[in-house]
Amino acid sequence: MSPRYKVTMPRMGTASLALKTFLTELGFDVVLPPPITRETLALGGRYTPEFACLPLKVNLGNYLQTLPQAPDAIFMAGGIGPCRFGLYGEVQREILKSLGYDIPLIVFEPPKKHAFELIDCFTRFLGHRFWLNLPGAARITWEKFTAIDRVDKAVLARSALLDQENRKTLWKQRKAFLQRLDGLMDLGGIRRLVKETEEGILMLSPEAERPSLRVMLVGEIYVVLEPGINFDLEKNLAMLGVEVHRTIYFSEWIWQQLFLNFLRIDWQRQLRQEARPYLRRFVGGHGLETVAHTVQAAREGYDGVVQLAPLGCMPEVVAMSIIQRVSREQKIPVLSILLDEHSAGTGVQTRLEAFVDLLQNKRIKAAI
Amino acid sequence: MRDLYLGIDVGSVSTNLVVVDGESRVTEQVYLRTNGRPIPTVQKGLAMIKKALGPHRIGGVGTTGSARHLIGLMVGADLVKNEITTHAVAALHYRPDVRTIIEIGGQDSKLILVKDGIVVDFAMNTVCAAGTGSFLDQQAARLNLSIEEFSALALAAENPVAIAGRCAVFAESDMIHKQQMGHSLSDIAGGLCEALVRNYLNNVAKGKELAAPVIFQGGVAANQGIRRAFQRVLGTEIIVPEYFGVMGAFGAALLVRQMMMASGKPSRFAGWRLCEEDLTTIGRTCQDCSNHCELVELRRGGKFVAFMGDRCGKWSSLSPEAEEAQRVV
Repeated sequence: MSPRYKVTMPRMGTASLALKTFLTELGFDVVLPPPITRETLALGGRYTPEFACLPLKVNLGNYLQTLPQAPDAIFMAGGIGPCRFGLYGEVQREILKSLGYDIPLIVFEPPKKHAFELIDCFTRFLGHRFWLNLPGAARITWEKFTAIDRVDKAVLARSALLDQENRKTLWKQRKAFLQRLDGLMDLGGIRRLVKETEEGILMLSPEAERPSLRVMLVGEIYVVLEPGINFDLEKNLAMLGVEVHRTIYFSEWIWQQLFLNFLRIDWQRQLRQEARPYLRRFVGGHGLETVAHTVQAAREGYDGVVQLAPLGCMPEVVAMSIIQRVSREQKIPVLSILLDEHSAGTGVQTRLEAFVDLLQNKRIKAAI
Repeated sequence: MRDLYLGIDVGSVSTNLVVVDGESRVTEQVYLRTNGRPIPTVQKGLAMIKKALGPHRIGGVGTTGSARHLIGLMVGADLVKNEITTHAVAALHYRPDVRTIIEIGGQDSKLILVKDGIVVDFAMNTVCAAGTGSFLDQQAARLNLSIEEFSALALAAENPVAIAGRCAVFAESDMIHKQQMGHSLSDIAGGLCEALVRNYLNNVAKGKELAAPVIFQGGVAANQGIRRAFQRVLGTEIIVPEYFGVMGAFGAALLVRQMMMASGKPSRFAGWRLCEEDLTTIGRTCQDCSNHCELVELRRGGKFVAFMGDRCGKWSSLSPEAEEAQRVV
């Protein structure tokens, strides 16, 4: 049997768990970077240009934390839109080279344009074993993605109905679920765990029938999904008693990017229509989605919208100025939070608390 | 003896305490410099209030400002509220028809927009402190002026010079340049005020509509030059409330008064003995997981009171007081 190659990859919220499983099942030994902290940011920030996007800096910090374990290659995702994300792989490769690391950095490009390159790269490392392992690896990875997102949706929906004590228990259950999921490598086990977790969530009896406030969470995918960067915003907002409706789930994103785009199915039609009065073209990243979901939030009677973006993110900056107009015209409060390596958790928390106060007072006023 | 309600605002530069009575009237106010030592400063403030009013019964305590959690834990607060909300509450109490609240403090500046008596939008400075009190302090000190003298000079300016206000450091080099060219100190001080106001409008207000009535509060509202610059740019009267320097604490006191009167519960206030107690904090980093949370331990008389700052709740749940403190937000 040929030796197993050791590989590493950047972190991205809970999606890292499933992506790690994918590479492991294909036949790699995966070194996952430690959870993202200020230390990761400081490390990445030291070797990147000041004006580079935040996720690029964090990715680099991730690599620098795992490189001492001498991996054989780094896997990284790529893109082909107007967003600078498509360039990360190249820039990171150059930075690592200038730091003296001679290591292959393999970029996953969307299969719509680059399917053969991807296959080529896997067979280079794994030989034809890759073809044997692929179906099983894809199956279990997909199961993990959907398991995580299913539990997250259940947690977010339940959280707003509970009292503070039960709410804490709920978020502990989520943490325990993720820890157990990490060790599971069979479909049956994952399904049982999801069922068990969902039952546990329903055991927590609600205090209220309806959530007092509903907020839609929109923005750039990386900062929305990575709690180490957004100061655990989703949980903190939920802890203030708000029902958070996150608009980005990794399983859905994968489904759109890998399958729907590949099959040329137009899944964005409805979003484009929603955004149309304000924005008529694709601006890269999740810019169009941010605008569309803000309009949708107003139409569906949400209390407010929170937008998360890395400072200087082009698509989200475009969206930000547009949703200000949506906010004025559709009468829906919007809070935009820009994050970079200089952001402070207390500042973010202060704004969140003030925003929730604003929404609450608006509700009370409307009720009178 | 009637109950009094105490609001404490511990910010980066100043620590303010306000006491209101059952009818929301201010009976005592204290404005102190924090000097980087929030706990002893609050103790000093409490001692001053105790001396002025006698050991009155406190019906409720509310804390606000960037040290609201720490101080809330220390004094046994009934309410811990963010400074945006408390500033809005105080301004609305002063002028129920207010539309725009400009608040400039030591290290941050805020804009709060109000419609029909409720906050509809707010903004805070994010990456730059060029438009705040600390910068004015620093420049006044460089010119060897007290901040009061600086204010009077700025007001007397006949021809305020143009100063680049984008960044505090560049503004300073620009001021030095103008001073070497021979412009009067008064015109430079006036120019600096206008630059600061421009910076505020660009970085905080960002094109938002500032409707009248406009209230200007926070420590910087004492500065006549800044007031006049705002008046000139906005073309409307700038209202500076009587207690402009302590509005955050005032708002916290008003909120806790309302809350306690509605609930009828006794206050959790730790008592006037706080002024004399030996209160210390010890910082350390938790190494139990990769989050490396920065923990702060609060001690009273050398004995453990509570932990704060952990993300998982393992440490803060060790004391019922810290658990409770999280609940009153």
